[in-house]
Order: sequence, then C-alpha cells, then structure tokens
Amino acid sequence: MANNKIKKLTPVQQEYRQLALKRQPARPVALNCLRAFVVGGLICTLGQGIQEAFMRFADMTQKEAAAPTVAVLIAISVVLTAAGVYDKLGQWAGAGTAVPVTGFANAMSSAAIEHRSEGLVLGTGANMFKLAGSVIVFGTVAAFIIGLLRFIFGYGG
Amino acid sequence: MTILKGHQSWLFRDKPALLSSGTVVGPFEGRGPLGRDFDIVHDDSLVGQDSWEKAERTYLEEAAKIALQKAGMTQDQISFYIGGDLMNQITSSSYAARTLAMPYIGMFGACSTSMESLAIASYLISTGGAKHVLAGTCSHNSTAEKQFRYPTEYGSQKPPYAQYTVTGAGAVLVASEGDGPRVAAATIGRVVDMGITDPFNMGAAMAPAAVDTIVSHFRDLGVGPDHYDLIVTGGLGEGRARACQRPVRQASHPDAQDAFSRLRHDDLRLRQADGAGRRQRLAAAPPS
Repeated sequence: MANNKIKKLTPVQQEYRQLALKRQPARPVALNCLRAFVVGGLICTLGQGIQEAFMRFADMTQKEAAAPTVAVLIAISVVLTAAGVYDKLGQWAGAGTAVPVTGFANAMSSAAIEHRSEGLVLGTGANMFKLAGSVIVFGTVAAFIIGLLRFIFGYGG
Repeated sequence: MTILKGHQSWLFRDKPALLSSGTVVGPFEGRGPLGRDFDIVHDDSLVGQDSWEKAERTYLEEAAKIALQKAGMTQDQISFYIGGDLMNQITSSSYAARTLAMPYIGMFGACSTSMESLAIASYLISTGGAKHVLAGTCSHNSTAEKQFRYPTEYGSQKPPYAQYTVTGAGAVLVASEGDGPRVAAATIGRVVDMGITDPFNMGAAMAPAAVDTIVSHFRDLGVGPDHYDLIVTGGLGEGRARACQRPVRQASHPDAQDAFSRLRHDDLRLRQADGAGRRQRLAAAPPS
C-alpha cells in the first residue's frame, strides 16, 4: 500500500520526498534492535518468573498459571502507564515494550487516560480501543480465516 | 491604506504598529534558548486545569491579558480579536474569545495561524476597519499529540527527527498608531503539498510552502534577501528550508524560477527560530 501511495505522487513530489528522506536523521536500526531484544527479553523473563512463582507458591499447573501471569504483567504495565513511565521506557526500548502483552495494555490504558477528560462513557469508553482496536479486529479476522481453513481441510477434527 | 502589490502581497501605506505582546509558555519551552524572553513560564503544563485543552485555553487567556496590560488598555477598547489554534473547531481560541468577550474572527492555518492572524489584523487596521486588534494564537504539546499523533502516555518510539509542538500562547496588540515595531507588508502563501505524510516530520512538509511564500514575497515587493536583516521562519527543523529549494524551483510558477536564479543558495539567510518565539520582520504566512 505504501508503494502505491508513492507511485501516485508527481515526479517533483517523489524527488522532494527522496531529498527529504536523505536529509532526515536515520533511525538507529541496529541499536533499536538490540534494545528491543534486551528489554523484550527482560519482560519475557519477568513473565516466566511470575509464572514459575504461581506454579511453586500457588500450586498451579503451567496452564493454570498462564492467565494470572498475563494479568500481573498487564497490571504492571497499566501502573507504569498511569505513572507516566511507560512512554519514556517505550521511547528507549521501542518494539521491546510494544510487542509483549504489556504494550497492548499500554495502548489501551494510555487511550483510556487520554480521553478521560471527555467523560467516562463517550471519552474513556468510546476511545479505549482507539489504538488496540485494530489488533482485535485483525486478530479476530485472522482467527476466523484460520478456523475456516481448519474446518475445510479437517485438521484436528 | 492597503494596496495589492504584485500577485499576493499587501503593502500597508500607514504601517500598523505592534503596541505590545504577551507570551506564555510551558516548562519545556522555558528551558529553551528563548526562555528568558517569555512573559510567563509555567512549571506545570496543565496550569492547574483538569484537561490539556483547558490548559491551552488558559495559556491564551493569560497571553491576551498580558498584551492588554502592557499597552494599558481594556478589553472594551479592542475592536476585534483574531486568532486560532490547532484543535478541531479551533476550540481553545473560541473559548478564550468567550472569556475575552471581544468580537471574534476565528482563523485556521495550522502553523501559519499566528502570522495569518497578524496579516489580517494589519489589513483591518490599515484599511480603517479597526482601531485596535488583538491577534493571538496558542497550541499545547499534549493536545496536539492527542489529536494528530498518539495518546501522550502511549509508549511508541518516536524517530530521531520527530518535532515537538509548542506548549504556549502569544498575543499581540495591533494598532493604527502608537509606538512599536511596524508591519510594512504581508504576503499570503499557497498550500504546497510535496507529498510528505509523516506526522513526525512537519518541517519537511512545511518547508516547500515556506520557501514558496518567501520567494513570492521577494517577487511581489521587488526586493531580495539583502533587503532584510533577518528572515525568520517557525519550526521547520534544522536545515530543512535549504534542503527544499531545488524541487520547489521546478514546481513553482515561471516567475519563481527567475526569483530563484537571482537567489543564490548562500544568499537565503533563513534562520530557524523556535516555533513559539517567532519574531518576524517579514510578515510571511506560509501555509502548512
């Protein structure tokens, strides 16, 4: 889609775009990848630790411990978002904090906080899924298609 | 008296005077290079309000009040208040206009709103349509982030070239007579779309229009860059204005080509100033 957009531009616009791209400071891709790897890895390690703790101290099976583990990670993410820390962490870590479940919680809670001033129903309620909504929509669509394929080809009966 | 000069410029015969100004900014701007020049620097960007939008309105109300105080005038002596901001339905300015209780002309030109307001205010004054006009504009980083980008607490990674919308407001009192800097001319710019769609790179999107407006101004008034001690633009980002000269020359109308050939690369002494502190000798209003 991005390519189509560029093709629609006039030659002058394309030339200017190239020029502007050349002049703007590049994103430090390698550094961003490294940071994302480290921070994303740390978050996953934390999650693993929480799951182990649930299994050891609350006498849960691995499967049972999965849901409360995610809940704890989400709670931590929401608290950090409300405290104004998560966006600063996200600026440093990039995909490291965006990809894990904590990123999803941040997308929901930041939108909820942002639109609180417009009211509880029309503000927070209506705008909470502003960023996270597309994840749910395309997640559901993808799940439907996979489910359909599974039904047609009869895998797993 | 105002006369149309060239294609898109106004020449003010009785040059309107800028009697006083009021500037109010947030903490980030206060720490910037122009920090000492602002009338009020707030430590709290919410200024005790319960939403960013109300805070933005408060900034503008304070700036207007300061401008009036400095000139020793009251609200009922002002013919019109002209201004705008970046929000939907120019909310902040309209509510500030309610508080100011002056006849109100709302403006929208995105980043050019400040100079657009000043140009129209000067026009009204010089044609005798008003004696005193208050021109003002405001923006708030958090309201702009909320409306144009992401929620303020959303942890997305901004690119290294990301620009920052000013938290602050400015108001200036324009009058037919009195002491202060004079507005000699105004050039209204065109919208120049060079296909930049990145909401973090506003400088690259606006630079072509800024250059087009400046070139049009030179052409209309028959002057060159040497005519001015300083040419100031707002918030284009480092080196962007120079970067866009060549493609703009090709895109512009034939007249502009002449202007460009006269305008050597080094001659264009285009200095960058912080978006909040734009002091312009040249009242150019680049659309963005």
